[in-house]
Amino acid sequence: MSDARTDIFARIREALKVKAPRPHLKAETSSPKTSVAAKPWLPDGGETIEASLQILSEQLAKLKAVLIRVPDHAAAARALAELATQKSWKKVAFHGHPMIQPLVAALPCEVWEADKSFDKQRLEGCDAGLTTCESIVAQLGSILVSSQSSGGRALSVLPHAHVVIAEVAQVVPDLGASLALAKSRHGESMPSMLSYITGPSRTGDIERILVLGAHGPKELFLILVG
Amino acid sequence: MSDSKGIFLKDATVNAADGDQRAFIRKALGGYYTNRDLQKARYRDWERARDAASMAKWSAVNDLANVLEKFVANFERNGGVVHWARDAAEARAIILKIAEDAKAKAIVKSKCMTSEEIHLNDALEKAGYGVVESDLGEFIQQLRGEAPYHFVFPCMHVKREAISELFTKHLGTAPTDSPEELTMIARRHLRQLYIDADIGITGANFLVAETGQISITENEGNARLTAALPRIHIALSGIEKVVNHLDDLSVLLPMLATAGAGQPMTCYNTLYSGPRKPGECDGPEQFHIVLLDNARTRLLADPEQRDALHCIRCGACLNVCPIFKNIGGLAYGTTYQGPIGSVITPHLRGLKQWNHLSGASSLCGACTDACPVRIDLHHHLLHNRRNAAKESPTLFDRVFHNGFNFVIKRPWLFATGGRLFRATLPLLQKLPLPYMSAWMKTRDLPKAPAKSFRDEWKNHENV
Ligand code: SF4
Repeated sequence: MSDARTDIFARIREALKVKAPRPHLKAETSSPKTSVAAKPWLPDGGETIEASLQILSEQLAKLKAVLIRVPDHAAAARALAELATQKSWKKVAFHGHPMIQPLVAALPCEVWEADKSFDKQRLEGCDAGLTTCESIVAQLGSILVSSQSSGGRALSVLPHAHVVIAEVAQVVPDLGASLALAKSRHGESMPSMLSYITGPSRTGDIERILVLGAHGPKELFLILVG
Repeated sequence: MSDSKGIFLKDATVNAADGDQRAFIRKALGGYYTNRDLQKARYRDWERARDAASMAKWSAVNDLANVLEKFVANFERNGGVVHWARDAAEARAIILKIAEDAKAKAIVKSKCMTSEEIHLNDALEKAGYGVVESDLGEFIQQLRGEAPYHFVFPCMHVKREAISELFTKHLGTAPTDSPEELTMIARRHLRQLYIDADIGITGANFLVAETGQISITENEGNARLTAALPRIHIALSGIEKVVNHLDDLSVLLPMLATAGAGQPMTCYNTLYSGPRKPGECDGPEQFHIVLLDNARTRLLADPEQRDALHCIRCGACLNVCPIFKNIGGLAYGTTYQGPIGSVITPHLRGLKQWNHLSGASSLCGACTDACPVRIDLHHHLLHNRRNAAKESPTLFDRVFHNGFNFVIKRPWLFATGGRLFRATLPLLQKLPLPYMSAWMKTRDLPKAPAKSFRDEWKNHENV
């Protein structure tokens, strides 16, 4: 008996001997995209950075994510400390990144560099996870984190709140631009996980009524510098 | 009559008569319609986006061998292990073997319809593993011992009181009528299970050939945890989920969210490209993918309906289907409910036993209009009806079609027959005719017009 792989490929090749008609397209489109050309039919992501930031803040508000804009990193540290006080966080796990290290020094609670000595049980007990990100998609209000930018896979999803620190320069207009950036940055060695986070974790499984914080963070904060 | 047809007819009759439940389903879908329209309005041209989405899937499905080969090569280069399964039994055996080799005990799953298709939970439980579904809706359905009602909203038919009772019974929690509190009960219960599980099993929404990544879409974060905490990650996917380019996702991910749930983007869209890499602090040691055929190549071999393999399982066609809304998801008795289920199930499980689903349509075309990848759903239901009549015509098909053929070719007979039919129509209501009586039980026959259309037409010409 031949193996499953050989068999399945043989079936596919046999099946595709008869060609299927091209889909009946309603609009006049060119062939499928292989490039990262802008797609002017998707939701708008803004043509200027001001327009993008405007769209981003509207999207985040609708998603019930909190955007905190600050002029510089010193102000980011103050905003974070204020947040921790206001939410009475006791334990904050963070990703050891040069942009984050100076911020946690000012935190009025226990802090722990989670990617240095990873412990899932301990991480579960943390009130917040503090990470950077790869890029931010204005068009959809999505934040791209990766196992590299965000201290592994669990830090951005296991603690009860997630705080992302980013700079305005990381905001891109649309999803296509963000994917292209990830590809050009990492090439053939992508981080083992890349995740677009669009608002706090949610479910509508009970009577289609929206509840935040299903399994992931109940609260999502984006501290945007610049 | 096949068993599945008998069950379908019985369930459909009962459910369609349950006005309460139907109103509940309609209400549950109300918010979806509003949000979907709001999100669709943000697209500068939704129709063009549909074109692009359908082309992205078309070009991959019609070049499936090459695209899959590329995906597999890149997936392996990233350090993942690829397994091939011709059918459900092979897929189950592969997963059981991985679990056995790993000396696993506890398994946590995130939502994966393909695993429902191969009845994976049964097999794992029989082999002695603890298996828990982590998606809230799937978790509730697992406790209820019931299949998902809708492949995107698994427990949309269950009222909160019933969920509260279920949790009290199985988890010993205090009754509550708050969806928020109920969600928190499940959250607290499942957290430790992720941490303790040895294996996490997920599905895949897209396989990206260009980079060898798999893409998983979810709202709750349960798939993220399932692929983060256990030491082994197994993804189970149909072979048709592959797309050519990473950039295809810039169209497909937002459209999946908008069409399926009225969101700009689903909360977590995650790309995995292997097990934990050197320098990463967490993540599984092993990453396996099981690529399943299970009769998909049979659908591929039908060029007329090949586009049914473009389906991105958004569920939009169910949400707009008048049949689904009236008879509910369980009546179908299939893994995939609604219009897309009615189209593909006869291919996957046999036309003879499942052709009755081709009739589960008003042919209104709402499904085809809703489909983000432009699958010609309602025509495919007609194609299936035609194929079934060709393959094994019923007595009714033969008598009726031959009779019709005979009459239509003879105008005098057609006219006489028409007159006879008009005259005897009132009798039909009373006579227990085969095929007719079941249909007439709940319907009134309209009155026959005095004159035929052809007579009217003659008059019209004389004026
Ligand atoms: S057939 Fe189309 S509308 Fe239905 S689930 Fe698939 S992609 Fe969505």
